[in-house]
Amino acid sequence: MGEIFVVVEHRKGEVREITYQLLWKANELCQKLSHTLTAVILCGKEEAFVNEVKERADKVILFEDERVKSFNGDLYKEVLVRLIQEHRPILTLIGHTPWGMDYAPSLSIKTGYPLATDCVDVLFDNGRPKAVRQIYAGKIFSRVAFKDSEGYLITVRSGAFPIDKAGEHTGDVIKKVMPPDLPEARRQFVAFEDAGAGAIDITQADLLVSIGRGVGEADKVPIMQDLANLMGAVLSCSRPVVDKNWLPKYHQVGTSGKSVKPKVYLAFGISGAFQHVAGISGAGCVIAVNKDKKAPIFRVADFGVVEDLFKVAEALKAKLAQ
Amino acid sequence: MEIIVCVKRVPLTQEVDLEINPQKTDVRKDMLAYAINEWDNYAIEEAVILKEKQGGTVTAVTVGTEEDEEVLRRCLAMGADKAIRVETGDLLPDSVAVAKILAQVIKGMPHDLVLTGVQADDLNEGSVGTMVAEFLNLAHAAVVTNVTPEGDGASVRVELEGGVEEVSRIRLPALLCIQTGINEPRYVSIMGIRKAAKKELNVVKIEDLGLSRDDLSPWTTVEELFLPPETEGAQFLEGDPATVAEEILRILKEKGVKK
Repeated sequence: MGEIFVVVEHRKGEVREITYQLLWKANELCQKLSHTLTAVILCGKEEAFVNEVKERADKVILFEDERVKSFNGDLYKEVLVRLIQEHRPILTLIGHTPWGMDYAPSLSIKTGYPLATDCVDVLFDNGRPKAVRQIYAGKIFSRVAFKDSEGYLITVRSGAFPIDKAGEHTGDVIKKVMPPDLPEARRQFVAFEDAGAGAIDITQADLLVSIGRGVGEADKVPIMQDLANLMGAVLSCSRPVVDKNWLPKYHQVGTSGKSVKPKVYLAFGISGAFQHVAGISGAGCVIAVNKDKKAPIFRVADFGVVEDLFKVAEALKAKLAQ
Repeated sequence: MEIIVCVKRVPLTQEVDLEINPQKTDVRKDMLAYAINEWDNYAIEEAVILKEKQGGTVTAVTVGTEEDEEVLRRCLAMGADKAIRVETGDLLPDSVAVAKILAQVIKGMPHDLVLTGVQADDLNEGSVGTMVAEFLNLAHAAVVTNVTPEGDGASVRVELEGGVEEVSRIRLPALLCIQTGINEPRYVSIMGIRKAAKKELNVVKIEDLGLSRDDLSPWTTVEELFLPPETEGAQFLEGDPATVAEEILRILKEKGVKK
């Protein structure tokens, strides 16, 4: 019987949803394989969320220290390396989030445990895990095997698993003190800032006309703004449109932008990267227009149109003008 | 400021039907066009911007075959001073091996900043950058959307979820994984690439770096590639644009959002 670690991610006193998804998968694997589930928390003093975690794990290992009140990649790595060397968990699950991406690869190098990142499933075969990943923008799936090792690390894509419900467990909380030999962190947290606030609120719209890379150039954006105006819709967009400065950040839908819940989401020239799709799971109906019939957006859309987006936009304008 | 940028040449797969090879270990690449990884394009631009402000040199490094030199020439045209390609022969390095190779190259050069893209378009592992940092024992930050040198360090912004950014201070030397949108990468003309042909581009062999094949044995291997599981997917609206537009408006009306 072995141990599976889940590293808890939290921000501003709240557990991030990814943690409950990791716990869900870990619980499933533990039941199948008779492993025990240990949740590892690094946080400030007396955080209320520890109770929520312990209802979902066999055991909680808790490091309370002001230095890790907010995430610190250097310290997470140093603490986890020592803990992993002590416990030798067969599997450690970490969120594939900006923070997970910050320390999981260094943890792999430091422990010598192989790592698969951004995984959408975890399987076990002869006592050894395998990971399923999506490559080439989600057009292809890949099953990854690891070199032989005592333990393995996997970072999991947000939304890959459902959220674990509380109540199954009443895990013991084992308080640990931070190792005395910790080096000083080379990066220090200063502040959180909201980069997403702006003149319009795309989260409140019933109808979104949303544009992606397929729009092609900044000069074409007004054509789509006109269409949105004619339809009584709000204009939103995917990440490349913001990256290229065609629209300000507050128009952006997706993991690093906003999650939206319109009755209808009309996507023009959006390929449907998972970071974008994650932001439209609350949409009532998704209609996608894209030239590429293999675009991943069509896998999640209710209705699809394989066509040049401007031809459809112009046709819509003509109908609306009638 | 001495800046090293790690770049990768990747196949363009948007609007392309991908085919899995008979061994099921990769996609067929013979018909694909290639370009610099989008994230790396922002990283090289950021390096050149910092050099223009602070002085110093920018070196672009890639691990790959002779064909991959086209992305190095592009980097040189954008303003990098020199470039290094590590010849890999028939070796297919995984992310740990690539990180080991890059770390070994960088170790032998002065560096205040090492920049990589957050991830690559093709495999989106997002791990090479921070692995290089670990091999070199450098401070690092992932998913960086702003870098401002300040004193003996830098202020960096990291993109989190939901439009939130985390501001932190980092010591130099450091490795930063650069996110798209951090700048506006400059246009590269054919003329510019021709002009840059005179710049230094060195080829290094793995053996020259003191690495053996054993050192680079993979930690992870692709067992099998497969197509995404079938989902119900979209119901496709057929017909000319006018017909499709009418159908879309009918749906909007049905959903109660037509003006």
